[in-house]
Amino acid sequence: MVYSYFPGCTLKTKAKDLDRYGRESAKALGFELEEIENWQCCGGVYPLGTDEIASKLSSVRALNDAKEKGQDLVTLCSACHHVIKRVNDDMKNVEDIRTRANNYMQLEQPYEGETNVLHYLEVLRDRVGFDELKKKVVKPLTGRKIGAYYGCLLLRPSSVLAFDDPENPTIIEDFIRAIGAEPVIYGYRNECCGGYISLKEKEMSGKMVDRIMDSAAGMGAEELITACPLCLYNLNTSTSANKLPVHYFTELLAEALGLKEEVQE
Amino acid sequence: MKTARDNAEKIKEISGANPQKCMKCGKCSATCPAFNEMDIKPHQFVSYVAEENIDALMQSETLWKCLSCFACVERCPRDVKPGKLIDAARQMVVRQRGADYLKAEEIPELLDPELPQQLLVSAFRRYKR
Amino acid sequence: MQRIGVFVCHCGSNIAATVDVKKVVEMAKLEPGVVHAEDYQYMCSEAGQAKIDAAIKEKGLTGMVVCSCSPRMHETTFRKAAERAGLNPYMVEIANIREHCSWIHKDMEEATKKAVILMRAAVAKVNLNAPLQPGESRVTKRALVIGGGIAGIQTAIDIADAGYEVDIVEKEPSIGGRMSQIDKTFPTLDCSACILTPKMVEASAHEKITLYTYSEVEKVSGFVGDFTVDIRKKARSVDMDKCTGCGVCQEKCPSKKTPSEFNRGLSNRSAIYTPFAQAIPNVPVIDREHCIKFKTGKCGVCSKVCQAGAIDYDQKDEIITQKYGAIVVATGFDMIKLDKYDEYAYNQSPDVITSLELERIMNAAGPTKGHLERMSDHKAPKKMVFVQCVGSRCSDERGKSYCSKICCMYTAKHAMLIRDKYPDVDVTVFYIDVRTPGKNFDEFYRRAVEEYGVHYIKGQVGKVVPQENGQLLVQASDLLDNKQILMEADMVVLAAAIEPNPDVRKIATMLTASIDTNNFLTEAHAKLRPVESPTAGIFLSGVCQGPKDIPETVSQAGAAAVKAIGLLAKDKLMTNPCTAKPDELLCNGCSTCANVCPYGAISYIDKEVNDHGIREVRRIAQVNSALCQGCGACTVACPSGSMDLQGFSNRQILAEVDAICR
Repeated sequence: MVYSYFPGCTLKTKAKDLDRYGRESAKALGFELEEIENWQCCGGVYPLGTDEIASKLSSVRALNDAKEKGQDLVTLCSACHHVIKRVNDDMKNVEDIRTRANNYMQLEQPYEGETNVLHYLEVLRDRVGFDELKKKVVKPLTGRKIGAYYGCLLLRPSSVLAFDDPENPTIIEDFIRAIGAEPVIYGYRNECCGGYISLKEKEMSGKMVDRIMDSAAGMGAEELITACPLCLYNLNTSTSANKLPVHYFTELLAEALGLKEEVQE
Repeated sequence: MKTARDNAEKIKEISGANPQKCMKCGKCSATCPAFNEMDIKPHQFVSYVAEENIDALMQSETLWKCLSCFACVERCPRDVKPGKLIDAARQMVVRQRGADYLKAEEIPELLDPELPQQLLVSAFRRYKR
Repeated sequence: MQRIGVFVCHCGSNIAATVDVKKVVEMAKLEPGVVHAEDYQYMCSEAGQAKIDAAIKEKGLTGMVVCSCSPRMHETTFRKAAERAGLNPYMVEIANIREHCSWIHKDMEEATKKAVILMRAAVAKVNLNAPLQPGESRVTKRALVIGGGIAGIQTAIDIADAGYEVDIVEKEPSIGGRMSQIDKTFPTLDCSACILTPKMVEASAHEKITLYTYSEVEKVSGFVGDFTVDIRKKARSVDMDKCTGCGVCQEKCPSKKTPSEFNRGLSNRSAIYTPFAQAIPNVPVIDREHCIKFKTGKCGVCSKVCQAGAIDYDQKDEIITQKYGAIVVATGFDMIKLDKYDEYAYNQSPDVITSLELERIMNAAGPTKGHLERMSDHKAPKKMVFVQCVGSRCSDERGKSYCSKICCMYTAKHAMLIRDKYPDVDVTVFYIDVRTPGKNFDEFYRRAVEEYGVHYIKGQVGKVVPQENGQLLVQASDLLDNKQILMEADMVVLAAAIEPNPDVRKIATMLTASIDTNNFLTEAHAKLRPVESPTAGIFLSGVCQGPKDIPETVSQAGAAAVKAIGLLAKDKLMTNPCTAKPDELLCNGCSTCANVCPYGAISYIDKEVNDHGIREVRRIAQVNSALCQGCGACTVACPSGSMDLQGFSNRQILAEVDAICR
């Protein structure tokens, strides 16, 4: 199975691990991520204004590219997934945005939200299947207690993201089980890490990540996994005595599939 | 000169949210992770838009403290979308007054080796046009 | 040619402020057949009716049109007035110039134009009206009550006391309903079981009442006064005549891992069980899904220990067919599922519970024998938080748009009872509004605050976080202090919204009783006919009609009983003469009409007809006017134009259309 792949800015720079481990693991699991040519940055945050069109166009370009190839569009970064999925929803359901975006784009065929947007985790759950994944694990992470950190972007607003139960999600916990480790559920796994606020308000984001760390460590987690480079960055700034190591989920996936060393070489 | 009513209407239009649906339960403020940093709290913000008390909103620190984490939008029982109202007011300030919360000259000082590109992109999207 | 009178009502200013009534009168006088036209301030008043009476007699009217409000409001009034003056009531037509005209238009000229057109259409129809005579149908002197909670029990007792036979159909193994699960009742704090069980006994012992428990209504046919109902009596696997209710079978049953429905899953029950100690009938049922004998064929312990030989594994479901004159729906409610509200961690912590679960915990016969304790570690809580409006008053798709009405009061009750029995437990209630309309209700709530020291904080809870120390972290708003509160609690109690019993949709469909978007049954009139369904012969009792507490439920149950008794007391009912009638010469016996008839009112006979001198036997449609409800589906479906609805014939309808298009 070949998917169109939108890596996003950070996966080419600071978050190369999220990307590399993800691509290699995909091969082992029998699917391929085909990078969209000339993709443009998604903008990092979804432009909430109903009258903002220009800032939604980079997503539309990627979506249309996938549509022309007849492929589903896969992302690894939570932020890219969030932005592209929401823009796709606009193109499908909001007539004003659809019309104005298409007027600008002048595509051969207008884009009307036809592309299916999937996060890598959704591919694992819905296409590969966690049971199948479990069968392909060669080095199960037995005994490791891992907390899933969802953050905001994958879950909310649930009416558009439709990723999992926004208050009691299970997809990353199921993933953790599939790679042989033990998931630790804690209350702040779906609360915000501070996001872009950490650029100027370090104290504020600091309090927020400390609360997440305290919550996770308190429930017995020994490490955290995330799908978002900004979450990872913010969590790593924690000064809590309970600070836990944070990894991209793809890193642990590659490790369980026995690919980690291979990728690192 | 735009009147407060024009501005309130503009906020409603940009956000697509309706403050009149609010029943003043306070769940948005109960759930907000940035509550303590805000001068006008999320539930007050909704009332301010409904009451067309826009000048206060445009001077508010809240605009720059909201994380757009959507906890309030997700949990609001009345579908009021407080987070969207706050973002709409922020956009209005940026459009009318120009962006002055984050200046490009500040950036080098704020950087550190681990800082992901995503953070700069997101911050600029939120703070500037 | 008809001699028609037209009467135009001002309805105070309701019509006259927007419609030029004088103009309507003037225009009416120009219509064919109209010999009299006048206007009056309130046509429905005694003076207005006297004018109608006088005109009919003096002008020798053969038909009349009243231009007034909706026929749903006053058609009966004017038909009766006409009848008193010697005019066949079916010669009266209403032109609705209020709801269809004055209330929805602002411009007087436009509205007047429309009122004239509506008047013309009605006159055109009356010109073709013919007198109709209602038929008669019999009334079966027996009532069916669907649901055996306090609403159904009270309705049944009241009807039975009036001397009529009543059957109660209850799908659970015992009657009692939600009230039997409640520990104490507000605002008097008397024990729920103490006041309910005598009612249950009374219903069960009443010579006029028959209980069908563990039973469901399967099929309903017929119409007001003459319903035929199939009741499925599910196999109990226990002979009701032999069982002595000793309870040994339940004690010895080796399958004890089924969550108890009665205790809301907080404890387990055996596969053979009675839901609670005071169950009526006190005869257990075997839950075949969880019974080892039924699952594997091996076991049979209950049969071995039963001294009375009452266990019958071969028992089959039984269908009972019975005729009824009236049917009362009393299907009650349940709490909504909280799966979509996991910010309150209901699915993540056993110490987050619903109010109904707390009722069971507080009850001496409940899972903790009445000791207030946490379900996680059975420790006594020191700090409790109550969250109001969980799923009520919501405009998103997660919850319900309405106020569940009972939560404010039962929460005050819970808080007060806990503070009374366990003074060291700190109780905080987070509320949006405290709604206490009811006799002694606000005083009750104030007592909780003033005498029992319950903390009421205005603000909703945003999130509940289970913590490593076993406590729940409650994150909430204090709106009056403009603060965000973080508070640790040992237990959190959610006042989940109530919703009509999910089965009610199925039942409403069988009864052709209308239901609203929230699955509450609709009243015939929200204010003036609150206990009747718009479907004749169907009455509403209790929460199936809308949220209400016990005293209101009991009042409504009595009101529904009176309406049912009013029907059962009649020997005959007048039937609507506006039924379908085939033109025998046009009918070609194709069966199309019979196929579309929702009431099974059409059959076929072979009959000799004289078609312009040709005598032959043909297969033609025949309408049972007692079954026909006058819906008109057959008249539309009939390909030959043979089928017509009396009072609404194709000619009459087309005459109206012509008049409108003129």
